[in-house]
Amino acid sequence: MKTSVFLGALTAAGMMAGAASAATLDDVQARGSLKCGANSGLTGFAAPDANGRWEGFDVAVCRAVAAAVLGDPEAVEFVPTTPKTRFTALASGEVDILSRNTTWTLTRDVDLKFTFAGVNYYDGQGFIVPKALGVSSAKELDGATVCIQTGTTTELNLADFFRTNNISYEPVPIETNAEAQQQYLAGACDTYTTDASGLAATRASFETPTDHAILPEIISKEPLGPLVRHGDDEWADIVRWTLNALIAAEEFGITSTNIEELSNGTDNPEINRILGTEGTMGEMLGLEADWAMKAIMANGNYGEIFEKNIGESTPIGLARGLNAQWKDGGLLYAPPFR
Amino acid sequence: MADYSYVREDMLPEREPPVSEVGIIGWLRENLFSGWFNSILTILSLMFIYMILAAIVPWLWTPTWGAGSLSECREIIADLGKQHGGACYGVITERWQQLLFGFYPDELRWRPILTFLGLFVALGPVLFSDVFPRKVLWFTGAYLFLAPWLMWGGAIWTPLLVAAGPALGYLAYRFLYGVIGNLGAVIVAVLVPILFWLFLVGPISSGLFSVIPLGLEVVESRLFGGFMLSVWIGVVAIAISLVLGVVLALGRQSDLLIVKYLSVGFIEFIRGVPLITLLFVASTLLNIFMPPGTNFDIILRVMIMATLFASAYIAEVVRGGLAALPRGQYEAADALGLDYWKAQRLIILPQALKISIPGIVSTFIGLFKDTTLVSIIGLLDPIGLTGSIRADANWNGIVWELYGFIALLFFLSCFAMSRYSMWLEKKLRKDHH
Repeated sequence: MKTSVFLGALTAAGMMAGAASAATLDDVQARGSLKCGANSGLTGFAAPDANGRWEGFDVAVCRAVAAAVLGDPEAVEFVPTTPKTRFTALASGEVDILSRNTTWTLTRDVDLKFTFAGVNYYDGQGFIVPKALGVSSAKELDGATVCIQTGTTTELNLADFFRTNNISYEPVPIETNAEAQQQYLAGACDTYTTDASGLAATRASFETPTDHAILPEIISKEPLGPLVRHGDDEWADIVRWTLNALIAAEEFGITSTNIEELSNGTDNPEINRILGTEGTMGEMLGLEADWAMKAIMANGNYGEIFEKNIGESTPIGLARGLNAQWKDGGLLYAPPFR
Repeated sequence: MADYSYVREDMLPEREPPVSEVGIIGWLRENLFSGWFNSILTILSLMFIYMILAAIVPWLWTPTWGAGSLSECREIIADLGKQHGGACYGVITERWQQLLFGFYPDELRWRPILTFLGLFVALGPVLFSDVFPRKVLWFTGAYLFLAPWLMWGGAIWTPLLVAAGPALGYLAYRFLYGVIGNLGAVIVAVLVPILFWLFLVGPISSGLFSVIPLGLEVVESRLFGGFMLSVWIGVVAIAISLVLGVVLALGRQSDLLIVKYLSVGFIEFIRGVPLITLLFVASTLLNIFMPPGTNFDIILRVMIMATLFASAYIAEVVRGGLAALPRGQYEAADALGLDYWKAQRLIILPQALKISIPGIVSTFIGLFKDTTLVSIIGLLDPIGLTGSIRADANWNGIVWELYGFIALLFFLSCFAMSRYSMWLEKKLRKDHH
């Protein structure tokens, strides 16, 4: 008797939990805040400032989603995650969205049961060397000592690259980016390899950045993007189209400064549909008509977010490269708002 | 016969000892230059110390407190013409509040500060029993329930109801003692508060709050961080693990088979597993076991794990103290006709705990420093925050200044604990050596 009551309670709890996890949008709206899994610290992508406010390129995605869903870009609870805890945090429902420079791979998408909502940064693994080493290509690194973060995909990429080019190297395993900087500057390794965006940030922190060069070879594909749990397609749609709205806004010249003006109606029907003055896009997503407008007003369009956090005006100074609009020879290509 | 024409009849006045034997010179001669070998060693050591200081002091002595970024620091240092660089203290000026309090809201920081000051008042009657009046002990009892309320906020009713738990347990014990005997009553007395806390405190508290809304603004755990987080986890784990540890140590010595093997099993399991494994269990495994959507506070989970970990070690330290007591003490207690609890309380534990003090304090210091491991599961304790601060483009590349500041904070805390334990040993020493 007692056992059956207990089992019944468990089943009920399980069903309620199942129902709760199926509609992330309802949970977020009921809670009044978005729980966003963020990197606990990556220059330009996510970091708390002196007042504890989170800022960065990945953080901006979460703020845009919060603005679209709740109308307030500040209604985000940032949960700092490490490479080890990030996937459990998302799978267990501790966070609603993981925006943490996570590479889109088949195993993560299929086996770990996540849904990638798109790519917000196309990265790739590169090498930094002191100019004094006299190396101009990664293929000349035969016999070099390489500082490498253990337990990451970069370690495997490195092994693949040296093997396919039939050259040898000696790995110097290190744990964190900060440790890598110290080891590299102290001369413990000839070159340090990690994502090119990380290398740029690292180089910017050196006393004499001009003494160091980032080699032209990019040896891996690292499409980084926000991801959500499998099984809630409505929520995945919201995140995907919020990201698309930021990218499309740049394409159509919608910026944080002219968005008010454009929202009164324009001659371009696609701009009108994005800003919700035409059509019922918001309603289809289960959001307000001006969801995309709020998302764009949160931090500006994709280009503005890029410039503010990691662009050429910042110390990190990344060029747009692959992350330019398709019209400018990049890979950013938002599907039509139709 | 010789004629002794002079015989001294009065004592010579005492004279000052020679300059070379007293004062600084005398001390130097005795301790540093007492032979050619020791003199050479002294000179070599002095040269060695000078070399180290000459390298470190100019680096430390750098007026960069006002700098707003690492590059500004470098400009200041370049202007000073320093050869080997200097420390960049601007990061400490800008971020010391974050390193101390994490993201705890500015206007509410009086709460952790008040909790911290309250800790000393609450500890007073426990630690310095001769100075404080015994009535302050009531504050200590209340503090156990007030401190979490001050830190996390919420309705005033929650701590009051939580405090009512043990009282309910005691009532149940008194009521059932005659009905189902001692053992059954003890089990029920333990179960009643736990069930009360788990299932009744929440609803009753929110019910009372809707009638009489007295309370503090809620501060969520994710805002806890910095040194405050380390101290908070450390203090809670230390306080609870001392009690749990003594219980486990007694349990391990117990004649009751089940109690004994439960204690042994618990202690051996926890001591056989690294703390970091327990923390990963707390942060990831528990998440998977619990139904999705349950929100079991991460800091609470970490606290529980740290407490269990420390209590296993404390249990073994206390067991060492129990084993060191001569058999005669146990027999004397029996001969006086004391029952088990009275014998433990009046005779065995006071002596056993006194012997165990150095071991207990070492365990506490170790636990306090181990709290920095929580950075690995993504909590922003001081070590975790260094990563976040370095992620600020202004401070990317700063290492030693941050770690130095954190080391200083930990050193001060641990050194104070160690000094206190030495003082306590001296105070409790009853024999006269």
